[in-house]
Amino acid sequence: MSTIAQKKGFGATLWDFLTTVDHKKIAILYLIAGGIFFLMGGLEAVFIRIQLAVPNNDFVSAGAFNEIITMHGTTMIFLAAMPLLFAFMNAVMPLQIGARDVAFPFVNALGFWLFFFGGVFLNLSWFTGAPDAGWTSYASLSLHSKGHGIDFYVLGLQISGLGTLIGGINFLVTIINMRAPGMTYMRMPLFTWSTFVASAMILFAFPPLTVGLTLMMFDRLFGANFFDVTMGGNTVIWEHLFWIFGHPEVYILILPAFGIFSEIFSLFSRKRLFGYSSMVFATVLIGFLGFMVWAHHMFTTGLGPVANAIFAVATMAIGVPTGIKIFNWLFTMWGGSVKFTTPMYYAFGFIPSFVMGGVTGVMVATAAADYQYHDTYFVVAHFHYVIVGGVVLAILAATHLWWPKMFGTMLNETLGKITFWFFFIGFHLTFFIQHFLGLWGMPRRVFTFLPGQGYDAANMISSVGAAFMSIGVLVLLYNIIMTSVKNVKVGNDPWGDGRTLEWSIPSPPPFYNFKQLPLVRGLDAYWLEKMEGKKGMTPAEPLGDIHMPNSSFIPFMISLGLFIAAFGAMYQVDKVAWALPVMIFGLLVTFGSMFVRSIKDDHGFHIHKEELQEEKGAEA
Amino acid sequence: MKRLAKWRLFSLFAILALILSGCGKPFVSALQPAGEVADMQYDLMKLSTIIMVGVIVVVLLIFTIIFVRFRRKDDKIPKQVEGSHKLEIIWTTIPILLLLILAVPTVATTFNLADVKEMDKKDSKALVINVRSHLYWWDFEYPGQKIVTSQELVVPTDEKVYFNLKSMDVKHSFWIPAVGGKLDTNTDNINKFWLEFDDKRSNEAGNLFYGKCAELCGPSHALMDFKVKAMSRDKFDAWVSSMQDVKEPQKAQTDLAAQGQDIFNKSCIGCHAVTPANKMPETARLAPNLTNFGDRSRVAGILDHNKEELKNWIKNPETYKPGNQMTGKYQDLSDAQLDALAEYLMGLKVQE
Amino acid sequence: MHVEEKMTYETWPAAPEKSTLESKNKFLGFWLFLGGETVLFATLFATYLALKDKVPNTSQHLAKDLFELPLTFVATMLLLTSSLTSVYAMYHMKNFAFKKMMLWLGLTVLLGAGFLGLEVYEFNHYVHKFHHTFTSSAFGSAFYTLVGFHGAHVAFGLCWILTLMIRNSKRGLNLYNAPKFYVASLYWHFIDVVWVFIFTVVYLMGMVG
Repeated sequence: MSTIAQKKGFGATLWDFLTTVDHKKIAILYLIAGGIFFLMGGLEAVFIRIQLAVPNNDFVSAGAFNEIITMHGTTMIFLAAMPLLFAFMNAVMPLQIGARDVAFPFVNALGFWLFFFGGVFLNLSWFTGAPDAGWTSYASLSLHSKGHGIDFYVLGLQISGLGTLIGGINFLVTIINMRAPGMTYMRMPLFTWSTFVASAMILFAFPPLTVGLTLMMFDRLFGANFFDVTMGGNTVIWEHLFWIFGHPEVYILILPAFGIFSEIFSLFSRKRLFGYSSMVFATVLIGFLGFMVWAHHMFTTGLGPVANAIFAVATMAIGVPTGIKIFNWLFTMWGGSVKFTTPMYYAFGFIPSFVMGGVTGVMVATAAADYQYHDTYFVVAHFHYVIVGGVVLAILAATHLWWPKMFGTMLNETLGKITFWFFFIGFHLTFFIQHFLGLWGMPRRVFTFLPGQGYDAANMISSVGAAFMSIGVLVLLYNIIMTSVKNVKVGNDPWGDGRTLEWSIPSPPPFYNFKQLPLVRGLDAYWLEKMEGKKGMTPAEPLGDIHMPNSSFIPFMISLGLFIAAFGAMYQVDKVAWALPVMIFGLLVTFGSMFVRSIKDDHGFHIHKEELQEEKGAEA
Repeated sequence: MKRLAKWRLFSLFAILALILSGCGKPFVSALQPAGEVADMQYDLMKLSTIIMVGVIVVVLLIFTIIFVRFRRKDDKIPKQVEGSHKLEIIWTTIPILLLLILAVPTVATTFNLADVKEMDKKDSKALVINVRSHLYWWDFEYPGQKIVTSQELVVPTDEKVYFNLKSMDVKHSFWIPAVGGKLDTNTDNINKFWLEFDDKRSNEAGNLFYGKCAELCGPSHALMDFKVKAMSRDKFDAWVSSMQDVKEPQKAQTDLAAQGQDIFNKSCIGCHAVTPANKMPETARLAPNLTNFGDRSRVAGILDHNKEELKNWIKNPETYKPGNQMTGKYQDLSDAQLDALAEYLMGLKVQE
Repeated sequence: MHVEEKMTYETWPAAPEKSTLESKNKFLGFWLFLGGETVLFATLFATYLALKDKVPNTSQHLAKDLFELPLTFVATMLLLTSSLTSVYAMYHMKNFAFKKMMLWLGLTVLLGAGFLGLEVYEFNHYVHKFHHTFTSSAFGSAFYTLVGFHGAHVAFGLCWILTLMIRNSKRGLNLYNAPKFYVASLYWHFIDVVWVFIFTVVYLMGMVG
């Protein structure tokens, strides 16, 4: 167990990943699973743009189109963007605070497998009919929807949502309890800070979603009447619950993106982050305000002018801390020595893209004018500028930035830049024109449009842009494959300008991360040591035994049980004979696994001092 | 060289064309407002755009300077700056001021657009229209005039028109882009708002606005269009009285139409009414009212208004509006029967 | 301090629930989990308040017709007392008095089971006497979901405490299982606090009308 990776067979590697509780391996799992879902969501996006390239197109049917848009939104948010960010949080955050693992390695693995099985469950809906009520799944349409599509959505998201929730708790405890000696809160890298705030938001935002989904499940599968107006129900409750979750969710996605870019700006400008404390303050403030603005998604629901006015002004207020961040990033580069690497390309391209998304955000916040923007392509353009121009660019940037830290080898820079240009140009081509489509009266979520309304040329341009983005992603895939095949190993600090602790240890790090916990003497701890001419961190403790957790297959089993139970729950409504037994069996697997975990003592194991010293000898 | 010049000219024209079309079509674009509500919203759009473009310009300026001046040229380590209180206060205060400038008119307009006190007044002269949305069609009831029509809203210009909005099945959203923003038709409650149609600009837009459903409501959400006929108050009053004059279903004018009426009375009248004073309860009005079908500009809200398209529609509604509620509610009709039915329906006119 | 160490009264730390890094993490993580649970119940409360007395027709019973004070009062007393007994159990845990801790935990379980029994009787009563069911109205759905979620928490808590008691009955206290007992009792308190709100919002406010 303690000897470092020897050549292993495929079966052994697979078993290793199925049972691992190592945050770095879980990060790789998140990256692979999230990446695959990202490709699926992207494919769905391409289908959407093909269908809308010309008026009256019949590439897909109306019903299939609604399934595609629903799955595109749901997949991209829950199964691609979040897990990919979780991948980097897992890979990097423990290293940045100088920890040997996360607080709950077992829970970490459980979180991944819940997300994974939830995502797989949701995507299995393609075989029998996918959800078709939009990623928001407003209640009246969801209850009206035939077949099991919405049930897949409700059950799949409940399972994967649980995974996200416990992942959030895990990160919070890790950051609070497991920082290395000297790593005070105000010395934490911005990516760690944003992980912290995003995790806190997950903790408070996901329960309302879970409740909303549960109520929907009760209505659809167990005869309840929460959203059935004829039985006294109320569909606006769903809108509230969804957006009380849904708006914070946007910030759960964008804050880690901000964190990633903060690292990149500072690293490649060879400069300390400008206005670090105000950046931290702005991050926390955005997190807080994120919970106060959900009703701006419901301006046209008819909540009345008082509610609309309050939520309009509250939403505008978020513009202020976001503006602070933009200028702090600009002034981090100002006076710096900016090296335009691939991650920096993305970070640089992020600024105008995200500012664009931010200002249209203020525009849609003006309630009275939003009556025009709402549910049109203007809104589609706005949130793609934020999510793609912010989150996806950040994910792509982080992939290039931390690839060497996760896999020990550098992605090709030239191919990286080619990816950037295709993706970046394609992105603006696709979405800029959509602002105008919305203003010209084109509603969103339409499976086709009639000619003669002035939408034809603009839609064609938008579809061409989607092709560019696809080429960019294909180049990235090629880059990843070529890099992995060549497998040229790199050292601790491959960019040469690393500032934070993750660059002070080997790439990829040993499974215990730090032989000796580092002593942190300030912000950008590794940079400080380098500037004083030292090669690495000063240890904060003598070399000693390291306590490590045991691998476990139980997280997989707990998640598998829920996955099985979900099928039973879904088909019992059709009065299928096998459904109820399957549901009970699945729940038994889950609770049985939890029971085993509870009664079986698991003390972990120790790596002994002597083994660590031996490795030292081997290295020298 | 010459070819290059040609290309330049061509691209110049292309850009010009793009700018000219930059405001969309006057009957469906929010950028060509044709009423008081759309005007107010357009003003807010302009104000926010000006402010926002200002912000973008400042950011891009700094951005460009950085790109030009601070690229890495040597291996020197730049000065590590912690921050600057002065700068940070500047870029905190200025956005707050800008947002205040935007917030005040936003709040004022929001309250103005929600002002429907006139509806609740007794003996109010204001025109009130009850809009009821159904899966892929719209019902318009004029409670004061005691008439019902569907798919094509008729309104007088230059006065405030008040709306009660409700959905009969799933949530939809009522939107006439050129005239004002949208408001959802909920299943739970009635939403109220007002719109105003400007006479001059309605004329310029051809007196026929496009209306849309803006909330995903199922497969044919994209096709849930309606049309709005705006006319002067005099013409509107004339239209109302000619509608009110239809007390009994109109008699067919030709033999063919009479055959059509027979078919209609057998197959269609269970759902479709042909008198405007629809006495049935709201929930029993299962399909569009066809009293003035012959006057309308579209079949099913989307197809050209001629017999051929009408026959196509009746023959197979599912190909035109997937998921609609009409498919399969009546037995198949022969071509001769369709001819007769189309003849009858096209003859249902209240205006000359 | 090491988790597998054999402890005595003398070596037993003052805060055995957070004497190692693992148990500190568990302690904090569980508090955060309860934070999430609070939001979950808050959401259910909001839903209940929005749908209270929302029934399709007048023949159905409303909150003021359903609830009776004596029954819910007894249930409340049972659960409040069980919270107190779990406090005693933790007091003895901190004093390394394993047998006494087990005794008080046993009492806690009994009281909790009594509460659960009353709840089952109560639901049964509503269903059969008033035809107020999970599917009869939005009000019914909201009521059974809120109170039922709490009931499910009670049932889960009972299973959890029982499992801990049986698993550790032979081996006494150590630093590995002390945090487990502590966290289970935290959970039990949380359930109790939620009930106080249910008693107030659902029952007392329901009876007022």
